[in-house]
Amino acid sequence: MAHEATVNTHRTKWWSGGKSPFNIEYGKVMMWYFLMSDAFTFGAFLISYGTTRFSQNFWPDPNVVFNALPGAGHANLPLVFVSIMTFILIISSVTMVLAVHAGHNRNKADVQKWLIWTIVGGLAFLGCQALEWHHLLTAEHATLIDGKIELISQTTRHNPWGQLIHGPELTTALQHSSSQTLATLVAENHLSAASHGELLQMPKDQLVQLVSNSEIHVRETGPVAFGGFFYGITGFHGFHVFSGVIINIVMLLMTNNNVFENKGHYLMIEKAGLYWHFVDLVWVFVFLCFYLI
Amino acid sequence: MSSHYDPTKDISPSAAYPEVTVHHHHSDDATFKKRVKKTTILLSVITIIELAIGFGIYFLHKGEPPYFLVLFLKGIVCILTLAKAYYIVSVFMHLGDEIRNFMMTIVVPLALFIWFIIAFLADGQSYKDLRNKYDKHFEETTMPAPHATPSAEPAKGEGH
Repeated sequence: MAHEATVNTHRTKWWSGGKSPFNIEYGKVMMWYFLMSDAFTFGAFLISYGTTRFSQNFWPDPNVVFNALPGAGHANLPLVFVSIMTFILIISSVTMVLAVHAGHNRNKADVQKWLIWTIVGGLAFLGCQALEWHHLLTAEHATLIDGKIELISQTTRHNPWGQLIHGPELTTALQHSSSQTLATLVAENHLSAASHGELLQMPKDQLVQLVSNSEIHVRETGPVAFGGFFYGITGFHGFHVFSGVIINIVMLLMTNNNVFENKGHYLMIEKAGLYWHFVDLVWVFVFLCFYLI
Repeated sequence: MSSHYDPTKDISPSAAYPEVTVHHHHSDDATFKKRVKKTTILLSVITIIELAIGFGIYFLHKGEPPYFLVLFLKGIVCILTLAKAYYIVSVFMHLGDEIRNFMMTIVVPLALFIWFIIAFLADGQSYKDLRNKYDKHFEETTMPAPHATPSAEPAKGEGH
């Protein structure tokens, strides 16, 4: 059959009417063109991020920004969590391939089984993304703002991932900071056995001493655009994952209701599969642009 | 293209879509499973290599990062990503199994990306160069300091 197909492409008059010149059904052609347009949307977002990044003298190192793993506390684990997310998405792509294949064989039970695993994978990915966003939005970092240290998190307005500050600059900044901030910094990093209340009573010099003897990193503010691009693009991708999960749930319900069985074919699953693989494909590039380079 | 259920007939995809005249060759289960398994392993291995390079860049950043080595490693990661994209599209999405005319209607427009990426990254680069030239405040406040300082200050020297 495969050979027949290749021979046919030379023999057949594809454009003479009566047949699909592209030899696929309408819905699939349109899904492909939709995905192509979506690729340009994502491409434009990622390229605008690249343009902004190329226009800056300094850009945060992703290994510094994304170094947390839920449940691992303050441990420095760059790339670990995002690699888990990447593998979840690759595996869910594989289960989708298996669901489509089961559809070709008109094997209803297998279609159901693999669709359920794909949905589970999608939900797991979304859960991971929620944890990641939560961590970035709530974890506070010591940042040099207007000559003193403040505790800020990664938002679309603030970026705590600028260049490290050292030596005399750091000492001056610590002396200008409020006791409140220093006490919080000492307590959060477990630099002293004293409670937060006791730390607030401590002379400021002593707090400054505790912080400057520690391994705490104090940074300048980084490029503000980082947050908008990161949340915007990973959010847009997450929205695609979410709609993919919804589409897969609809496919599962239709399978359960024998819709495809009655039609005599499961070609609809193929189109849902194309969308799902595209979501995985986009992640490959998001992963590259935000986490690897 | 009627989709009403008739239990006496087995409606094949070809009956549902008569305009599709040449049918895809669906390989037998064993060949199919082998192909999917191979691709999964390939994608996983490429991802692991990418992560290893990512860690490599992380450790290089701890010292004085050799500019061209980092750039070279990032280039390799980009090429590996394109390889992953190729396998996802051609094997998982079966674009490789469609007829050539159709494949080209997808692939040829994507060639716009070649111009798109080069033009806009060059634009960003040029904006940076112009700002550094004419806006000294921008240059002084954002240019990373030479890496000599961290080693002179061992207390905070774990600069990554």
